[in-house]
Amino acid sequence: MQPIIHIENVSKSFGAIEALSRVSLDVQKGEVVLIIGPSGSGKSTLLRCINRLEEFDEGTIIVDGIPLNSSANINAVRTEVGMVFQQFNLFPHLTVLQNITLAQLVVRKRNKDEAEKVALQLLDKVGIPEKAQAFPNQLSGGQQQRVAIARALAMNPKIMLFDEPTSALDPEMIQEVLDVMVTLAKEGMTMVVVSHEMGFARAAAHRVIFMDGGQIIEEGAPEVIFSSPTQERTKLFLSKVL
Amino acid sequence: MDAKRNINSETDTPFQKIPGAEPSARIDPWWWLVLAVIALIVFLVLVRPDPFRRIIIFVSDGLWVSISITLISFVLILVTGLLGGLGRLSKNRVIHGLSTLYIEVVRGIPLLVQLLFWYFAFPSIIQGIGEALNIEPLKNYLANAVGMAILGLTFCYAAYMSEIYRAGIQSIPKGQMEAARSLGMSYFQAMRYIIIPQAVRVILPPVGNEFISLLKDSSLVSVVAVADLTRRGREFMSANFIPVETWSMVALLYLVLTLFSARVVSWIEHKTRMEK
Repeated sequence: MQPIIHIENVSKSFGAIEALSRVSLDVQKGEVVLIIGPSGSGKSTLLRCINRLEEFDEGTIIVDGIPLNSSANINAVRTEVGMVFQQFNLFPHLTVLQNITLAQLVVRKRNKDEAEKVALQLLDKVGIPEKAQAFPNQLSGGQQQRVAIARALAMNPKIMLFDEPTSALDPEMIQEVLDVMVTLAKEGMTMVVVSHEMGFARAAAHRVIFMDGGQIIEEGAPEVIFSSPTQERTKLFLSKVL
Repeated sequence: MDAKRNINSETDTPFQKIPGAEPSARIDPWWWLVLAVIALIVFLVLVRPDPFRRIIIFVSDGLWVSISITLISFVLILVTGLLGGLGRLSKNRVIHGLSTLYIEVVRGIPLLVQLLFWYFAFPSIIQGIGEALNIEPLKNYLANAVGMAILGLTFCYAAYMSEIYRAGIQSIPKGQMEAARSLGMSYFQAMRYIIIPQAVRVILPPVGNEFISLLKDSSLVSVVAVADLTRRGREFMSANFIPVETWSMVALLYLVLTLFSARVVSWIEHKTRMEK
C-alpha cells in the first residue's frame, strides 16, 4: 500500500546547524506515529516540514500523493493536514465558534449554517459545547488545546500533526487533551505526534520513533522501544524521561 | 498581607467580569477640557463679537478646507501605508527594497519642502515632458492646489504609517500566521482575517497620534496656495492688523480639533480593547 506520508532523504539546516540530516520516513494510512527525542533533535522541524511550515533544503515529501514542491500543492496539502501547536495558537480576537468556523468559510467555502453545525458537533466531541461563545483567553489551557484540535478537525483533515500538544499545559489538564487524542486515534485518524507522553504512547501509538541530532536513531512498537531499546542514545534518553 | 489580598480579590475578580462595570467605562474626564476650550471660544465671541465673531466667520471656510484635506489625506494614508508596510515585510527583495527606499527618502526630507516640490516643481516636470514629447495636454498641465496638497501630505505621511503598520504586524506572534496557514488559508486571507484585525488594536494609539500630527501639519499647505484655516487667518490679519486676536482664535480652533480627535481616538481604543 502507498504510504499517506512519504518522506525521503530530507535535510534542513538553520545556518550552520543541521536540524535534519537525510531523514526518511513512511507513515501508513490510519497509523499513529509518536516521535520522541531530546530538545534540538529535529523532531518538531520534521513535523513542520510535513505541511511545509518549515522549508526543507533537500529531499522529497509526498503527502497523500501530492508532492510538496509548488505553492498550489502546499496549499492543497495544508487543507488535508491538520496541525495542533504547543502554544495552541487560537485566534484571540475571535470567539471559540468563530475560531472553528473561519477556515471552513474562507477555505472550504461552506455556508455559515453548515460551518456552525460542524463546529458545534466538534465542540461536543472534545467535551466543551458550552464554550462556543467564549473567547480563547477565558478558557483554561486544556480547553484551549481542545478547541485547537476541534479547529483543525473542522477542515476534515486526513492527517493530524501534533507538535508537543501537552507541553504547555498544567499537569491536571494533560489528561483531558490526551483523551481526545486517544479517541481520534481509535477512530482511525492518521496521526504524527511529537510528545513525551508515555501514557499516550502505550494507549494509542502504533510506532515510536526516536530522533537525535537530526536523524532517526531507532524505531519500533512502543512496548519494544520503551522496554528494550537497542541503541545507546535511546537508552540514555529514556532513562531520563521514563 | 492577608487583608490586602482580600481587598484585591474582592475588587478585582467579581466586578471586572461584569461588562460595563469597569472603572474605565465612565466618561473620560478629559472631555471637560474639550468643552472648556469650546466654552472659551463661545465666551470670546459673545463678549467681544468684534473682532472674534468676525474672525470666525471669515476663517470658517478655511476651517472646513483644513478638516476635509486632513480627512481625505488620512484615508489615503491608511491605504497607502498598509501597502508600504506589507512591502517592508515582503520576502521579495525588489518590493522590500523599493518600499524601504521610499520610506528612507521621504522621511529624510522636510514635509514643507515636499509640499513645495509637488506644487511648484512637479507640474514643471510634467510640462517639460509634454514639451519634449509634444503631447498637448501635458504641455498645458496646471497643478490643482488642493489635489497637490493632498498628494504631498499622503506621500509623506504614508511613509511613517508604513512603519507603524510594519511594527504592528510584527508584534503579532508568529504562531498566528502559522496556525492560519496550516488551516489552508492563503497569505492574504491570513493577513485579512487574523493578523491585521489583531494588529489594528496594537497600532491604534500611534495611528491616532499620526492623525493629530496630520491635522496640525495640514497648516503647511497654506504656503502652496490652499485657502485653509491658517491661510485664511493670515488673510484676515493682513486686512485688519490685529495679530493677537486673530492668531489666538486660529490657535483655539486648531486646539478644539486636536483635543476632540484625541478623545475620539481614546474612545475607539477603549471600544476595541480585546476581550479579557
